[in-house]
Amino acid sequence: MATILVIAEQAHGQLKKATLSAVTAARQLAVKNGGQVCGLVIGPGAGKSAQELAGFVASAYSVEGAGFESALAETHGAAAAEVAKKIGATDLVIAATAYGKDLAPRIAAKLQAGVASDILEVVSGNQFKRAMWAGNAIATVEVTTPVKVISVRATEFKAAEKAASAGKVEALTVAAPAAKTKFVGFTEVKSTRPELTEASVVVSGGRGTKGDFKPIEALADVLNAAVGASRAVVDAGWQPNDMQVGQTGKVVAPKLYIAAGISGAIQHLAGMKGSKTIVAINKDAEAPIFQVADYGLVADLFKALPELTEELKKLK
Amino acid sequence: MKILVTVKRVEDYESKIKVKPDNSWIVTEGVNYRANPFDEIAVEEALRLRDTNAPSEVIAVSIGTAAASAEIRSALAMGADRGILVKQDGFVDSDAVARLLVKVIEKEKPDLVLMGKQAVDVDDNVVGQLLAEYLGYGQATFASKQESLESPEEKAKKPGLKLGADKKTLQVVREVDGGVETLELTLPALVTVDLRLNIPRYASLPNIMKAKKKPIEELAPAALGVEVTAKVKVVRVEAPKARAAGVKVPDVPTLVKKLHEEAKAV
Repeated sequence: MATILVIAEQAHGQLKKATLSAVTAARQLAVKNGGQVCGLVIGPGAGKSAQELAGFVASAYSVEGAGFESALAETHGAAAAEVAKKIGATDLVIAATAYGKDLAPRIAAKLQAGVASDILEVVSGNQFKRAMWAGNAIATVEVTTPVKVISVRATEFKAAEKAASAGKVEALTVAAPAAKTKFVGFTEVKSTRPELTEASVVVSGGRGTKGDFKPIEALADVLNAAVGASRAVVDAGWQPNDMQVGQTGKVVAPKLYIAAGISGAIQHLAGMKGSKTIVAINKDAEAPIFQVADYGLVADLFKALPELTEELKKLK
Repeated sequence: MKILVTVKRVEDYESKIKVKPDNSWIVTEGVNYRANPFDEIAVEEALRLRDTNAPSEVIAVSIGTAAASAEIRSALAMGADRGILVKQDGFVDSDAVARLLVKVIEKEKPDLVLMGKQAVDVDDNVVGQLLAEYLGYGQATFASKQESLESPEEKAKKPGLKLGADKKTLQVVREVDGGVETLELTLPALVTVDLRLNIPRYASLPNIMKAKKKPIEELAPAALGVEVTAKVKVVRVEAPKARAAGVKVPDVPTLVKKLHEEAKAV
């Protein structure tokens, strides 16, 4: 019997939505391998988050206290590996967020496990699909080790529904290793908008905005959309880093993606190709973005976006 | 300060990637190769740290076929002092790469290991973190800086990673979900770099000539005592599903009508 352990991500006693996608992948794995899904939350507020997590898994474990205050890969990785050994976990599943990507290989190294990273699909009990070459190829990889670590691209798995009955909750005591890393500070990018990777509509701006995001913001307001950006925009310092959509930024798959003034470099397409409906607005009729767009409009975004914003207001 | 930096030979991101008809890998004939762009950022950062903390040395390491010496050579042309090539043909999974690098690092004993956050061929984003755990080092992934790539600091080629006054610690700003985090690492440590840490320099012609004389040491995995077996195998490679071709719309009202009635997206 397999025991599948979901490493949850939380902040201030609340689970991150991406964790529920990891639960879905874990349940698929449980179907293939037989066995049950458990969960683990680490850090301040873990006990509270474990209550929430128990709604989705058979057993929800929590580790908190001295040494686990900051989400350091060294300490959180050690806790995850320790708990995995304690409960005899055969598979560890984590969402491929910044936290998950930082953590998953460290856990794997402790458990002598292979890592399948940022997976798109569970093919079998030990085979997974993942994107390579900026999404230009999809590989099926096989993890050959007895224990496997899997990080999951959250946009490819639906958020899990609650289980029929809630699981048990258990606080575990794990000694924190002496970390060689010290947390100094965190500067939050504040936004009143929905989170980029969770929004059902995303409006993104590229080089064509010349740094002026006002028309993008106005359209996003009407659609209750998240705002994204191409690499050029972020490199120029016009918008913060965490707004970048692409191979090396965020991967989004909303119901509607509107790309304005974005040429559509392959690295950008890798981050938004999975969107249900794609709209491209660009002055250049030859821009590669039009090859993936369901609806393309060759126009100056500074004229088209305000018009689109007004038309949508009328519709509401 | 001794800095070890990795340079992987990868398919040029501007080359067209096609899957082999037998689905075993991608077509490599006619594809251009270059150094992983993230590794170039790591090399640039290593050079800036070296040049502001003399005496220091930068060692460029690659794992790959004999052809990968070209990518080491390009790091040497940027300014790295010497190279190491761990010669291995065929696919090496991230875990084997990390285990090989452990041996090189045990031999070289650098103060800092710098590498790209991921290689743009397999897009794994795993080796740095595995390596840090195997070595028992602290890690900072996704290293960035708070200034933009058009800032005066960047134009002055200042390092984004800040070495402590006692040269025993390193402050790293990293890109995480929802903001930027600052960590202080105790050296020796491992840092994987993101896109916005710096803009890598171009090698000048005199430096390209000089690089030809810089030494590249060749090592074999067997001599390092590492068995190159994969914990993660690639069993099949296929082309991604293509999106159905879309349509161009003449104006905004038509776009809104289509989005509303056809796509039901608004």
